[in-house]
Amino acid sequence: MSAPSFRAAFAGIVRRDLRLAARRKSEPLFSLGFFVLVASLFPLGLGPEPELLRRVAPGVLWVAALLASMLSLGRMFVADFEDGTLEQLALAPVPLVVSVSGKVAAHWLVSELPLVLVSPLLALQYGLPADVIGLLMISLLIGTPALSLVGAIGAALTLGVRGGGALVALLVLPLYVPTLIFGAGAVDARLAGLSSAANLSLLGACLILATVFAPLAAAAGIRIALE
Amino acid sequence: MLSANDLECVRGTRRLFAGVSFRLHPGECLLVQGPNGSGKTSLLRILCGLARPERGEVRWNDAPIWRIDEEYRAELAYCGHSNALKDDLTPSENLLAAASLCGQPASRGAAADALEAFGVRQLDALPVRALSQGQKRRVGLSRLALAARRLWILDEPLASLDARAAQALAGLVDAHLERGGIAVLTSHQPIELRAEVRVFAFT
Repeated sequence: MSAPSFRAAFAGIVRRDLRLAARRKSEPLFSLGFFVLVASLFPLGLGPEPELLRRVAPGVLWVAALLASMLSLGRMFVADFEDGTLEQLALAPVPLVVSVSGKVAAHWLVSELPLVLVSPLLALQYGLPADVIGLLMISLLIGTPALSLVGAIGAALTLGVRGGGALVALLVLPLYVPTLIFGAGAVDARLAGLSSAANLSLLGACLILATVFAPLAAAAGIRIALE
Repeated sequence: MLSANDLECVRGTRRLFAGVSFRLHPGECLLVQGPNGSGKTSLLRILCGLARPERGEVRWNDAPIWRIDEEYRAELAYCGHSNALKDDLTPSENLLAAASLCGQPASRGAAADALEAFGVRQLDALPVRALSQGQKRRVGLSRLALAARRLWILDEPLASLDARAAQALAGLVDAHLERGGIAVLTSHQPIELRAEVRVFAFT
């Protein structure tokens, strides 16, 4: 019997989750639809003042992305928990951290990457200039993986809890604050004609920190839920 | 060799069992029996390392399982109450996914052979969602035939199996024991093994 390979386990879980998402197309579309709707409601509610819209755009788009990403968090581990797959992952000869990282990566690809890709279209509604739209995409590209990672902790901790969805929101939203501040701040800075390098660096730091610690914390949470 | 030393399990405020000790050598099979709620599943989950005992420890080749962790899990195959199958995937996709999640990818042929062992190979065109309870169980159990593990821990493997599938499972367990494997299982139905079975009964 060959020694278990971490890379094969990671790739295996990403591939399986992508395949499952492809078989069940509606679920990944929920958070995308939510993002599009929320981001489109603000211009309708605030009125057509270009100056005002442009000023609120970074914050509104980032908050909308944050809420949309939270919508899909609840599902990250629940299905695997209910059908016993999570037990098998915990008993696999690779560390649970590896499988959890794979699940987070798959979650990002399925639920968050579409948000990043559609964000330029939504930004057009706010009349943002092209270079700011580019920066918005970059900030979302760095920030959303951090959201998935931090969200995994909340999703793991609420496994098997009734009304877990609302609890995830309460647990995770405060942890999203740094990502939101630096992400929206980077776009804001560019909009004001300043350099956004500092904000982007701090956003990157958030991502690195989350990459190192979040899978460990989520794996520990899952072990507790399984006991 | 699997040994349990003085295991105690507490659920909430209730003590399920205490002082459970046994040793299983290669080729031995332990049947855990007892009424519902007596702690059979809890014992099996402790043996897997999914749950921690209140007292005592489980050892594999004389090393505590929490210390050798992944080394132990590489020897272990566990089938719990749930089949750990994805409804949207076909049986062989499920088996291949399960193997690669363990970091030990398997070939299509191997997956087909494993399904054949339980007579569910012809169902491979369907997603698991479309299968009956017993067929799902058989697909879940075919994981045993796919991954070569030395310790099998099976919780109610006969549940919802028909006579022929039960026989297939018994044959598989016998072959496993003859290869020097160890098996721990619970069952409310009688299971007919050629090998001698040690019985551990909860009261």
